[in-house]
Amino acid sequence: MTILPVLLPTDALVFVLMLAAVAVAVQAARHAPSREAWRRVGQRPVAMASATILLVFAAIGFLDSLHYREQLPGQGEATQKAVYSSEVLSALDAVLTPLRVQTEKTYSAPFARELFQRETVEQPDGGQARIYPRLVYGAAHLQADEAMWPDLLHRLAWTPLAALLMAGALLLALAGHVAYHGRMPFSVALRRIVSGQTALAWRAVLLVVFLAALLIAAGVALAPHYHVLGTDKVGQDVLYLSLKSIRTGLVIGTLTTLIMLPFAVALGIAAGYLGGWVDDAIQYVYTVLNSIPSVLLIAASVLMMQVMIDSHSNWFDTAAQRADARLLALCAILGITSWTGLCRLLRGETLKLRELDYVQAARAFGASTAAILRRHVLPNVMHIVLITVVLDFSSLVLAEAVLSYVGIGVDPTTISFGTMINMARAELAREPVVWWSLAAAFVFMLVLVLAANLLADAVRDAFDPRRAR
Amino acid sequence: MLAYIVRRLLYAIPILLGVNLFTFVLFFGVNSPDDIARMQLGAKYASAEAIARWKTERGYDKPMFYNPAQNGVAKVADTLFVDKSLRMFTFDFGRADDGHDIAREIRLRMGPSLAVALPTFLLSLTAAIVLALLLVFFRATALDFWGVVICVAMMSISSMFYIIGGQWLVSKMWALVPISGYAGGLDMARFLGLPVLIGVVAGLGSSTRWYRTIFLEEISRDYVRTARAKGLSELAVLFRHVLKNALIPILTGVVVVIPSLFLGSLLMESFFAVPGLGSYTIDAIRGQDFAVVRSMVFIGSVMYIVGLVLTDISYTVVDPRVRLG
Repeated sequence: MTILPVLLPTDALVFVLMLAAVAVAVQAARHAPSREAWRRVGQRPVAMASATILLVFAAIGFLDSLHYREQLPGQGEATQKAVYSSEVLSALDAVLTPLRVQTEKTYSAPFARELFQRETVEQPDGGQARIYPRLVYGAAHLQADEAMWPDLLHRLAWTPLAALLMAGALLLALAGHVAYHGRMPFSVALRRIVSGQTALAWRAVLLVVFLAALLIAAGVALAPHYHVLGTDKVGQDVLYLSLKSIRTGLVIGTLTTLIMLPFAVALGIAAGYLGGWVDDAIQYVYTVLNSIPSVLLIAASVLMMQVMIDSHSNWFDTAAQRADARLLALCAILGITSWTGLCRLLRGETLKLRELDYVQAARAFGASTAAILRRHVLPNVMHIVLITVVLDFSSLVLAEAVLSYVGIGVDPTTISFGTMINMARAELAREPVVWWSLAAAFVFMLVLVLAANLLADAVRDAFDPRRAR
Repeated sequence: MLAYIVRRLLYAIPILLGVNLFTFVLFFGVNSPDDIARMQLGAKYASAEAIARWKTERGYDKPMFYNPAQNGVAKVADTLFVDKSLRMFTFDFGRADDGHDIAREIRLRMGPSLAVALPTFLLSLTAAIVLALLLVFFRATALDFWGVVICVAMMSISSMFYIIGGQWLVSKMWALVPISGYAGGLDMARFLGLPVLIGVVAGLGSSTRWYRTIFLEEISRDYVRTARAKGLSELAVLFRHVLKNALIPILTGVVVVIPSLFLGSLLMESFFAVPGLGSYTIDAIRGQDFAVVRSMVFIGSVMYIVGLVLTDISYTVVDPRVRLG
């Protein structure tokens, strides 16, 4: 089947972001002080474990950013022109095809065989009965009275082995790396990793990789045959929704910063270094923006953005493109409301740097303002930028959920933690309780945000000179 | 002192003008009133006459900044900007889409908002400071470590889950209080207990951790060593000496939000059906009532700027070294 690759604007920015991350990593590796700081981050097992978890999430988000449209079968042959489906899918959708297409009628509990609600069904003898009908896909291979446990055990039998193999292969590779760089025998390197005595906390990484591999293998083994996390009101698989939500969270957490960063850095440094009317003007702008409560500013901007998108519906070919434009606009709006904090920090730091001897010396040597800013000021405020970026990430992910609830978040068709919670918020009031959608959103969000918070703490401790010990 | 306050208040005027102009451009520049009319009427019913009528009904049928049809001052005065934006300085906000006077609604709804927000604010401040001081008292022990871990975990949970989970547990499982609603008088306590409790718990993680760092910074100062050398107990040092001195950095973050308490909390009021300004705002956002949202943006900014002035004044009260002149 032929496909038409689709590059949504947020996809493009995700790729830009990845390139930027690589560039920053290369820069940091060349620069001795920042290499030292990153090493301090890597010494903490919690930080390494969190970083590994975030990498797993990032990989899922990346797969979900490779979009395409499928060719519709049997059409366009006469005209020699391929006709593509208007549905935009991603590589993650392709991997998760069974989960995506196996939708039930409505709620079903995790691992359930029957629907959660009774339905009136025609009996073969002509009568009617109120029964819980069997699910179309979930556990459909089981007989009506067959026990589930033997089947589960049978399907899960290979998963610990797979996870062990995965972690073992990584262990060997890491041992080779440690042995080569530490100039020690392979067996010593192996022993040090296992006992947690390496400079970087590799053991924590291995542990997380093992657990992640175990969960993924279990998912691969079970998800096509059961609704592992149940289904939601319209019968969609909750595991599928949770995995799709990850990209939205990551995009909002990272692209917002990417969009606002150039403005915050340029304006903050300019205000601090140049002073005078430039400083006054920039301070005035961010005081005005800062005075508006951020939720209200976001609400006002999003409402206006909605009107704009609604009155220009011809800008977008597909629903996915419209939803994507809205996601990007939301990132930009969140960026507008959040750049002021970073800008003020950078202005204050630049004010201090401006008076330092090496900057004065550079000025005395006749270096141009641009050169001083680029070579002497910018590198010395980068730690503030980095700390702000990692600290903002988790609060942005949390903000998305709240904004979507208020109705000023992502497009209702975009799968996100916010829309999941929003759909499920009345479910706890049902009798019996429908808990699985909320529980899934809770766990996925908690893992993502907690990992981000823990990593942010480690980065802040390592890079903030005031916290240096 | 009085001269300083007056000067600060005068300084607030250009900022409020900036907010005013910014919101005006946002609400009338990004989309023309025609676009908004078309969307609110629905594309199907948006004939030219319908749009014109919609605009006349709401007073949107004037030019933005300059009205050539009028004479003299009215050329500038009889415009959308003056009518819809500058007039907010007199706290005249016009009418909402449902015909009610916005200023009157705001006055009515301030009370319920404050009834939820003020106890939440006071209790969470007290709870966070006491917890943070306890963590500092047990610093460098397992209790401190796990306290911080729990704080980080608590701040990683979305506030929506605190609300949904709290309502489910307290109101549904234990049936202690009604799930949501509001009443005046003594009944108020029944309705407000749960939102206040949830509000306190939801914010506890991040604020406790924040105050802990402030106290830890303060505890390495010389006067703390002196106080200990006098033979004061560690608890007395913490609660009498450190707490007083740490008030200065704490005030920066705390005083500025006090005026904004009138605005209430969007989430709390919407989940608990409190008829305050938060739920008013959320209804306006969902109903796309732009006049109300615009008014709330303006009021919110006024409250924030009042908060900034209060912060400066509060410094002089707690810190005799600060002289405002």
